[in-house]
Amino acid sequence: MVSGHSMRERAGATAAELLDEDARVVVVLAEISTGQFGRALRAHPDRAVNVGIMEQTMVGVAAGFAMEGFIPIVHTITPFLVERPLEQIKLDFGYQGLQGTFVSVGGSYDYTSEGFTHHSPGDVQVMLTVPGMQVVVPGTPDELEHLFRATYANGHITYLRPSTATNVESREVDIGRLDVVSRGSRATVVAVGPMLDRTLAAVEGMDVTVLYVTSVAPFDADGLAREVADGPDVISVTPFLEGTLTPMLTSALANRPTRFTSIGVGNDVLREYGTVGDHDRARGLDEYGIRERIGRVLDR
Amino acid sequence: MERAVESRTIDLAEVRRLMARATGDEKHDESSTSTLDALAVLYGDVLRVDPANPSWPDRDRFILSKGHGPVAYYAILAHLSFFPEMWLDDFMEWGGKLGSHPDRELVPGVEASTGSLGHGLPMSIGVALALRAAGRTEQRVVVLTGDAELNEGSNWEAILLAPALGLTNLTLLVIDNHSSSVQMGPWDAKLEAFGWSTHVVDGHDHGALRTVLTARDELRPTAVVADIPEGEW
Repeated sequence: MVSGHSMRERAGATAAELLDEDARVVVVLAEISTGQFGRALRAHPDRAVNVGIMEQTMVGVAAGFAMEGFIPIVHTITPFLVERPLEQIKLDFGYQGLQGTFVSVGGSYDYTSEGFTHHSPGDVQVMLTVPGMQVVVPGTPDELEHLFRATYANGHITYLRPSTATNVESREVDIGRLDVVSRGSRATVVAVGPMLDRTLAAVEGMDVTVLYVTSVAPFDADGLAREVADGPDVISVTPFLEGTLTPMLTSALANRPTRFTSIGVGNDVLREYGTVGDHDRARGLDEYGIRERIGRVLDR
Repeated sequence: MERAVESRTIDLAEVRRLMARATGDEKHDESSTSTLDALAVLYGDVLRVDPANPSWPDRDRFILSKGHGPVAYYAILAHLSFFPEMWLDDFMEWGGKLGSHPDRELVPGVEASTGSLGHGLPMSIGVALALRAAGRTEQRVVVLTGDAELNEGSNWEAILLAPALGLTNLTLLVIDNHSSSVQMGPWDAKLEAFGWSTHVVDGHDHGALRTVLTARDELRPTAVVADIPEGEW
């Protein structure tokens, strides 16, 4: 494990380490984070490439490397990684059956002051449309590094989503497995990645089961079916677009009567700047907003 | 910088017979036949490939970027025994392996699954970089686009990038059958201005195609504009 203060920094440090450790690894950048990758770009000029500000070509170049047996790590700001070159991800990687990791920075509204051009709350939902895509949403830098190392060469394409928000404590996480954080009977709350700490604070004193998910795809359907509380309500708390998790939840719980509630980022343009905390509050995604939503569900 | 010319007999009459064998409602006749001479020269005289071992690591890489009109491509691959000729009978049929755009997972000898325009050239840069990273300095990457395909902006990202990376192992072959509805050429002047070593040849002239496709600039990637007169296939 390397040190790093944020998930973004840890992602960059881990990618640079993987370049050093594994001669199959390549890093393809589109100008973003080139400062952080400065040493790697100098140390591995053949396997660390900055293509400039051209995201379609960034993904295509990475696919070309993968066609030759290299293992690419592709990185830029979320909307320019996920939305702008989506067809390249879908075809060059998904259709061609290649492996590689797409590491974003600035999920949902981390770049608050940049405005909506730099926001991408729909990133996970969009990436889930790509055939074979694994989606990993860690809650701490240590979890990020563990999941990054576990997936980068496992034969799949992976979307790795660092965020500014983190949980304080890391948990034992793994790809394809959810984690039971606390047990209760009235409802089940599924918290994803950096939403865990505020969700735990929100349900303080409530009789609910809290499950923790970092592996959105593959999703641990068996784990959810096994660990779900007796109460009929299942509530997802996601740092991305509201409702994104719903298909996995309904599929996993198809054999029992369930009421589903999604707490996540709304699909609207919020024309405000400020801080991530400001946006969390405005969208009801801070501890108090989440508590109010879950309380309303339990009061039904 | 030139290297020894490959020599493999491509019987064009036989290739045309194989093309006719590909039954079905082929929608891309012009785009298919316009590539025939260039493909015959590439596979006959330029590309080092091994039909018995399509993934031979020391092979040259060819990517049909446009994907459209692959019948001439399929016919030449079948002619060279990359796959059985009988596959052509099931062109575009349920259960067949040959679609109207090629799939690398289904067809031996096909390097890239293409059909959506503007993907092949960026991928070719990645392949060229990978060959360089692997120390395969002799191997070449040839990528074929149509002239109308050059409308796609992703190509111009890649056209900007390849000279900046000094990819002397990359050749862009533009089959210019003047199919772009909006006239955006001349392609050669634009490619030259972007830093490519650029040649214009008659797209039916095998000798001229052979000369420019075997040439390799010492500093720049190579672009070949193969002109097919408007109205000709």
